[in-house]
Amino acid sequence: MKYAYYPGCSAHSTARDMHESCLAVAKALGIQLEEIKGWTCCGSSAAHQTDRTLAASLAAANLVLAKEMGGDMVVNCAACYNRSKSANYEVTHSPAMREKVAAALGQSYDGSVAVRHFAEVLAQDVGPAKLKKAVKKSLNGLKVACYYGCYLLRPPEVTGFDDPENPTLLENLMAAAGGESVDWPGKVDCCGGALILTRTDVAVARSAAIIEMAQSAGADCIVTACPMCQTSLDLRQQDMKKMIGKTYNMPALYITQLLGLSLGIPPKDLGCQRLMVTPEKVFQTLKV
Amino acid sequence: MTIKIKKQPSGESLRAAVEQLAGVDLSTCYQCKKCSIGCPVAGLVASPPSEIIRRLQLGAGDELLQTDLIWTCLSCDTCYARCPNEINFAGIIDALRAVSLEKGVARPQGNPPLFNRRFLDTVKSYGRAYDLQMLAAYKLGTGKFTADMEKLPAMLKKGKMAVLPPSGADKNKVKRIFAATKPKGKSK
Repeated sequence: MKYAYYPGCSAHSTARDMHESCLAVAKALGIQLEEIKGWTCCGSSAAHQTDRTLAASLAAANLVLAKEMGGDMVVNCAACYNRSKSANYEVTHSPAMREKVAAALGQSYDGSVAVRHFAEVLAQDVGPAKLKKAVKKSLNGLKVACYYGCYLLRPPEVTGFDDPENPTLLENLMAAAGGESVDWPGKVDCCGGALILTRTDVAVARSAAIIEMAQSAGADCIVTACPMCQTSLDLRQQDMKKMIGKTYNMPALYITQLLGLSLGIPPKDLGCQRLMVTPEKVFQTLKV
Repeated sequence: MTIKIKKQPSGESLRAAVEQLAGVDLSTCYQCKKCSIGCPVAGLVASPPSEIIRRLQLGAGDELLQTDLIWTCLSCDTCYARCPNEINFAGIIDALRAVSLEKGVARPQGNPPLFNRRFLDTVKSYGRAYDLQMLAAYKLGTGKFTADMEKLPAMLKKGKMAVLPPSGADKNKVKRIFAATKPKGKSK
């Protein structure tokens, strides 16, 4: 299994643990991720809130590079995944946009590179059976709230990730590692991440509502596959105390961190020391 | 609820611009309000999504560009995912943002357009986002110097905030894209 890998800007800043845990899990499972040379920013929300052609062109620039490498492009940041899939959707559904993107890039792009989230690779290409065999330490019934957020799921005709109202892909991964996913109503809700710096009041209230739901469902931790969600749920627990007077102690990890621990990878190799809320219960359960 | 709008000459053109930019047909909305029910910020804004559509249908003019949902929208796409007529409301919001930037009327709370410009400035310079510079420039622009500063030491210590600018990107490619698309919004 070999893929072109697009880390995304946060991989070297606010989400180093996302990147580290992705690479560590890939290595443990024999998945080859070859980083795209010279990759550039996907444009993120700043680009699509500014100009549609700019957004499609910035994301398409990386897809052109991936196409030259051959095979699928694997992304581990849900936001980059969404922007890249949107670029594919734009150029395949609008000849006018395809022309504009070609003019901006100086080369044509046909939207043909398959964009895959690393969780999709784990669930579909590796598969639960092989994953189960690779598990060295069972999650042993650890209660996990699988949290999807927006970018993986919506718009469904663009991302095609899973059922947009009741996805189960992450739960299937957790089950393979011996975890027990809680049934909870917050898994497709928005964490507010897009406004985290500009309207922190709005964003923190959204994230707190999600933690509240996970806690009420009896979760020991939340797992995410998005750096915006992870940061909102982990780092911003400090703000929840300040802004809405609620104190939480809910670990929010990347799914690759929790899976990695069950594959026997040391916490440090998965960037677990970078988490703001230490996942004590997770460490106790897995004896790490 | 009764919706009152000021019918203006700019109304028809705003509706046409939004329909063209977002690639939607606003006449297919029959006000089922699923978009507003699912919207995570509907309760915080003056007009929820379905009402914005109605106002556009009725010919609201440029005063609609001041409505707070334009820059409070999280782009979560719940509205679009649940619309029975597949109206891309998040796309409508992006279109209203683009028109606002074009006409220079955007002065919303928290100033997201400024944040977006500062973010894109770093992308233009380095080919990738540079959080620390973007944060500093945004703070300079808004004067919100103390907000979030208490988290910075822990983030730096845990390696969750890059100190040095990003390297390794094909900067020329990105410069070319910005030059070709000339995104709107003043750089001040």
